[in-house]
Amino acid sequence: MNIPHLLSIITWLPTIGAVIILALFKKDQASAIKKFATAWFGLAFVASLGLLWYDRTTGGMQMLEDHQWIPLIGARYQMGADGVSVLLILLTTFLGVLAALSSWNYIQKREKEYYALLLFLQTAVVGVFASMDLFLFFLFFEVSLVPMYFLIGIWGGENRLYAAIKFFLYTLAGSVVMLLGILKLYFLTQDTTITAKIGQATLNVVAGNQAARNLITTTLQEATKNGTGTFNIMYLQALGSALPMGTMQILLFFAFALGFAIKVPMWPFHTWLPDAHVEAPTAGSVILAGILLKLGTYGFFRFNLPMFPKASADEIAFRLPLIGVFGVRHVMITLASISIIYGALAAMYFVVKRDGDVKKLVAYSSVSSMGIVMLGLFALNPNGINGAVLHMVNHGIYSGALFLLVGIIYERRHTRKVSEFGGLSHVMPGYAAVFLAMAMTAIGLPLLCVFISEFLALRGVFEYKPSWAAWGALGIILNAGYMLWLYQRMFFGTIDNPKNEKLTDLSGREWAYMLPLVIMSLWIGVYATPFLRFIQQPTNAVVQQVRPDYPLPGRTQTPERAER
Amino acid sequence: MFLLQANTTALFSVGELQLLAPELILTVCACAVLVMEVVLPYKRGKLTGYFSLIAVALAGASLFAQWYANSYLLPLTGFYGMVRIDGFAIIFKAIFLIAAALSIAVSLRYLDIEGEQRGEFYALVLFATVGMMMLACGYDLIALYISLELMALTFYVLVAFTKRERRSNEAGMKYFLLGAFSSGILLYGMSLLFGVAGSTNLGDIAHKINEVLNAPPMLEGAPTPLRPMLLLGMIALAAGLFFKIAAVPFHMWAPDAYEGAPTPVTAFLSTGSKAASFALYMRIFIEALGGMRADWAPQLGLVAAITILVGNWAAVTQTNAKRLLAYSSISNAGYLLLGLVAGNTYGYVGIILYLLVYTLMNVGAFGVIIALHRRGIVGDRVDDMTGLAQKAPGMAAMMAIFMLSLGGLPLTGGFIGKYFLFGGLLQRGATEQKNWYYWLAVWAILNTVVSFYYYLRFVYAMYFREQPADNRPLALSPALNTALVVACIGVVFIGIYPQPFIHAAQALIGALAASGVVALR
Repeated sequence: MNIPHLLSIITWLPTIGAVIILALFKKDQASAIKKFATAWFGLAFVASLGLLWYDRTTGGMQMLEDHQWIPLIGARYQMGADGVSVLLILLTTFLGVLAALSSWNYIQKREKEYYALLLFLQTAVVGVFASMDLFLFFLFFEVSLVPMYFLIGIWGGENRLYAAIKFFLYTLAGSVVMLLGILKLYFLTQDTTITAKIGQATLNVVAGNQAARNLITTTLQEATKNGTGTFNIMYLQALGSALPMGTMQILLFFAFALGFAIKVPMWPFHTWLPDAHVEAPTAGSVILAGILLKLGTYGFFRFNLPMFPKASADEIAFRLPLIGVFGVRHVMITLASISIIYGALAAMYFVVKRDGDVKKLVAYSSVSSMGIVMLGLFALNPNGINGAVLHMVNHGIYSGALFLLVGIIYERRHTRKVSEFGGLSHVMPGYAAVFLAMAMTAIGLPLLCVFISEFLALRGVFEYKPSWAAWGALGIILNAGYMLWLYQRMFFGTIDNPKNEKLTDLSGREWAYMLPLVIMSLWIGVYATPFLRFIQQPTNAVVQQVRPDYPLPGRTQTPERAER
Repeated sequence: MFLLQANTTALFSVGELQLLAPELILTVCACAVLVMEVVLPYKRGKLTGYFSLIAVALAGASLFAQWYANSYLLPLTGFYGMVRIDGFAIIFKAIFLIAAALSIAVSLRYLDIEGEQRGEFYALVLFATVGMMMLACGYDLIALYISLELMALTFYVLVAFTKRERRSNEAGMKYFLLGAFSSGILLYGMSLLFGVAGSTNLGDIAHKINEVLNAPPMLEGAPTPLRPMLLLGMIALAAGLFFKIAAVPFHMWAPDAYEGAPTPVTAFLSTGSKAASFALYMRIFIEALGGMRADWAPQLGLVAAITILVGNWAAVTQTNAKRLLAYSSISNAGYLLLGLVAGNTYGYVGIILYLLVYTLMNVGAFGVIIALHRRGIVGDRVDDMTGLAQKAPGMAAMMAIFMLSLGGLPLTGGFIGKYFLFGGLLQRGATEQKNWYYWLAVWAILNTVVSFYYYLRFVYAMYFREQPADNRPLALSPALNTALVVACIGVVFIGIYPQPFIHAAQALIGALAASGVVALR
């Protein structure tokens, strides 16, 4: 089944909803607005379920759309999704519903603008995952900053002004440098000495199927007709394979990597994240951790690896005294490892600290978790990348859930300090149970989703170099340390703070948005195959790009074939 | 003497007069405004404003007719080569007319509040527009200089127009002194150029310069004899023009003049005057001095880099909105210079698109500041915007769009302009295989991040603070609202669908006989 314009519908539906809210509702109709917005998010989610008809056996880019847009600069309105995009879009629409539902009580002012902005944000994020045109991608990527800036700035905590502007400028700094990289790549598509070297085989690999291959051909024809270059992402990926290794490729790699590394965020570019999370309203944190961070890792997966394959796999580019010869890949892996350890240690610090903030803890745990994603990606083998991509989804689920949980307790107590709580399991058993499930997910308990992805990612790293995997494993141990410690301090023991005695357990609405996350965590943990089958083919294509000589196990024995 | 000549051989034909039809319409209407001013009672003073708007519309129509009649865009020359109507001239004239129309529209109510509703104001605006338009189509140093002075002189008066206002007087004085000084330097450069070339016609100068530069040296290894003089002339011209576009280190006048001038004048000064100075810059440096590109490109690149730095960082600490926008305008002059440094079709299209968008968004931003100016409330501090989103959501949303566009966020016109400017630099870096073009682009684009810091201060005052600065209604008028809405739609439309604008800019710029123009591909 193929619904025409499905990706466009999923992308623009939220905007339509936002316009309806802005145009038809009055300021004081808060309750109607929140119900309408939540229903609309539900509608967007239902629409996005159409993506499940993505043909996993064929793979490649599907649900393609292609329209004329700005022919004079070679930009077209092109949309398309592969398995990875499909999963991330589904995650976005899924978390969107939960985020809207979780804001009903939390947001007590300017509801109209709030829900409109949430909807706008969803359009921008889905657009990022669905773009097949780099120019279009960049538009969505940049514009997604604005709604988030407003969400933090208007509905945030005390220090919101600082956090909002820091978030905006930090991420902008990365993406403007990426813009130069994009422009340079665009001009390279007009450089016949390079484009002549693009082989048909490469184009077939990046397209993955015949329809996508045809799209590249027609795009190129249009571009030649107008005398322009092209922004088609698939073509740019193929161009990357033909790009000679050298200063230019490395600089381009870092131009893109800077933009995405800030978004991920990798140490040392992470400092905006804790601030933004602590100040953002709950739903903002959920979207920020669950989805916006994925824009960075998705960028690495979609752009850095396939577009600059030689730079990504490079191990000999630099030389420094004392360190010796090292390469781009070493730089990325080192930063990822530091992120893992640093994030975990920082999170641990906030358990011990007198006025440690639970939200800050979860924020740092995100830094650590995204480090694992980066580590898996730069293992550059199918296991590593599969694990990394699945971990993006899993992180969206469990960090989203943790932020929601923190939001629930904040609504009741208006504080998030670890030291304020203790013995909560006596008064809020349901809450304690859900929190436990999510804490265990974060730790990577088997049968819960994170276990699968961390295992896969680290296995990939292990294949590459066991010592690097050791760093990742150390991070996981530290994760377990602070999560268990946090759980113990918040939920066990006696209630020593009288304010906690009268807390009410989860309400029906709260159950309604927590349970789906628990179920998802269990589902992926027990039976991840359906999800992995979405990822498999795109991952293999990336590996083929980056390491043409890699003996892909997928070719001889994919889990799919094993099933049959 | 003229009469005598006219009797023997015709001084000019009617066909040549048609070349200047838009300018003539504006001049006649401006004179009519002066007469109306005297005839009409003070209360009816606004009529002159509406009449000026009609005049601008008429000029626009005749400009459009010129474009329509000459769809092949062959350059038409007249008046012994002093005037040259080509695509370049037409597109710049269109920008000036847009700037003039918007500025008149936003000033109608403002002058009422100031109690200065006088016809001279509109007449001066129209005369300044004539000067700008002549700058775009002048092809002779004398014609260019006279047009420049026509524009500058009217602006000296306009800046000091609210004569009871001390700040305005001071600003007018400062602007006059520095402006006159810079005109002198410019004239000096022109005289040196004339000395080398023996002609004031830009085309002749270009030929002569190429001859001079390519002439075989008298002695083996000796420098070309006229080269130092040419360089001196070039530097003097550049310095004079840096004053006009407010580039560092000649930018000192801008913050004072912008802050002190009546806000509609600031809007017109920052858009129309800047665009006109850029037209002059392009005419002289690309057409006449195109052969010396290797000499002036690095110099311009350096000035652009410093201008962007100083403009952006100085704006960060400003609390006065007009002053802040003055520094922003300085930094934008730097970005526009990048297009000249690039010197290819991308760069030129970038300059034109950016000037067009800049006109819309800057007049728009000043328009919102004008709406805050009420009797007894100056309303030009950033803090005066506080809580505007609660009081006037539409106005606040438009201001936010103007600010994001000034910073260059995608989906707004500012992004498209900057996109072309940076693209031009990268392209030039690739063709010349020089790395400094790339680093200049990186430098400039990183500074846009700084610019977002101060543009977003407006947004945060309007949206993040909830208590409005005051409860008095805004000074709105139908003309102001229309101007703002038109500007806002323009900015967003160019951001989302720039195709027709790129197409027009590309087609019209094709007429610019420039050395080193590369096809847009």
